[in-house]
Amino acid sequence: MSALALLADGSTRPPLSQVVVWLNDPQNWTGPNGLLFYLRQHVVYTVVAVVIALVIALPVGLIVGHTGRGAFLVGGLANGLRAVPSLGLVVLLVVWLSPKIHLLQTVPGVVDHHGALPYLIPVEIVLVLLAIPPILTNTYAGVQNVDPAARDAAKGMGMTGAQVIRKVELPCALPLIMSGLRSSVLQVIATATIAAFAPFLGGLGQFIVNGVQTINDPHTGYPAMVGAGLVVAALALVAEVSLIIVQRYVVSRGVSGRYRKTKAGVHAPDGSVVGMELAGV
Amino acid sequence: MSELWNYLRANQSDIARWTWTTVWLAGGALVAGLIIALPLGWLANRYRWTYPPLVTLAGLIYTIPSIVLFVTMPGVLGTKVLDPINVGVALTAYTVALMVRVVADGLSSVSGDTLAAAAAMGYTGRQRLFAVQLPISIPVIGAGLRVAAVSNVSLVSVASLVGVEQLGALFVRGSEQGALVPIVLGVIIVMVLAFAFDAVILIGVRLLTPWQRAVRAR
Repeated sequence: MSALALLADGSTRPPLSQVVVWLNDPQNWTGPNGLLFYLRQHVVYTVVAVVIALVIALPVGLIVGHTGRGAFLVGGLANGLRAVPSLGLVVLLVVWLSPKIHLLQTVPGVVDHHGALPYLIPVEIVLVLLAIPPILTNTYAGVQNVDPAARDAAKGMGMTGAQVIRKVELPCALPLIMSGLRSSVLQVIATATIAAFAPFLGGLGQFIVNGVQTINDPHTGYPAMVGAGLVVAALALVAEVSLIIVQRYVVSRGVSGRYRKTKAGVHAPDGSVVGMELAGV
Repeated sequence: MSELWNYLRANQSDIARWTWTTVWLAGGALVAGLIIALPLGWLANRYRWTYPPLVTLAGLIYTIPSIVLFVTMPGVLGTKVLDPINVGVALTAYTVALMVRVVADGLSSVSGDTLAAAAAMGYTGRQRLFAVQLPISIPVIGAGLRVAAVSNVSLVSVASLVGVEQLGALFVRGSEQGALVPIVLGVIIVMVLAFAFDAVILIGVRLLTPWQRAVRAR
């Protein structure tokens, strides 16, 4: 442990091997304050934020893309939001907004701790604000990129505006929408670590917040910080891969161009070459 | 408003120091990241088989949350945990990850006719790269740099969670004291810095691409 004791003064390299030891200890996974407990919170906060962001950004992006109105606003909003420091906004809302929220009940599956809700709401606001721009801009761009001929054909067939959005523009824009959703999820998973800055919330960031206080402790210090960090990165990777798999199933093969390959290249069942420009990504 | 001003005056030496740390961490990482990304992007464009692995690797770096990189750096670099260098290196990694793709795409966006014209005028491969390809891709590279700069500035403040002192310290202070003033001030300064970086890059791109306006004026 002498190496760890010297860690704070900077003369010694913090041993990464300790991280492996820490991650291999089952106690650190299944214990009352173990990784699985905080991992579950982390996933729940992420899912809540992404679902809310999707409910807001998807319809707005579809409508702005379809009508072409408010495009300037979409671009400006996305750029402006990127400059806001998410940590600063969380702290700001926790100090200013949380005391004004008098909801002390628990929400089964989401908020287990009595009195945590006033802190969860500000954190979720920030996560939602973070998740909206990639979904919004990609949905908008995806609809904009739809082949005008396809849109005209749909109109010519007598589809209403809503039908064109639902049956033509949404399916064609889906590859770009999914890639926007993926970057949203990545950002939210990464940023949900700052939930631990607010009381009672936890999440995987808890190990990092605790670790800074007790950096030399082999159980809660540096090894726990890096170990939990690696779990966050692994979670991000798992989410990314899962969404890529989901994308394969939800994107129409007419759009993605994933047909059986023949010697001559990629062909649609009727023998015509699939238009790759529709794929978007 | 006056409270913000009073707080700024009362803590001006701390805030000036933190602002300076934020500027050199974000700016240094941006410059270092660009310098590393330029040859890598050239490689990905020149030898197309290197493009998929380089861009995939860059994408993987982007999946690592910033806080995790900040925390892991001391173990990798052999630095102390509170050393700001950890933050600088981590931000450099993000900048490289973002810029490799941008540089490669920028270089490949130069039209074949332009390259052929340069070759016909007797430019060697290297002259053509530096005098034709690179200047023409400046707007694309600049657009990528703006994204990297703005996200770098706001990422620096996350380093407060690992105890590195910069503008994020205002958030920590406000949170500890339950005081709004330092937090609001911190958010404002960080956003002003982000927009300042953005403006500098925008002006730089304009100065480096006079032909864009020459063509428009004709």
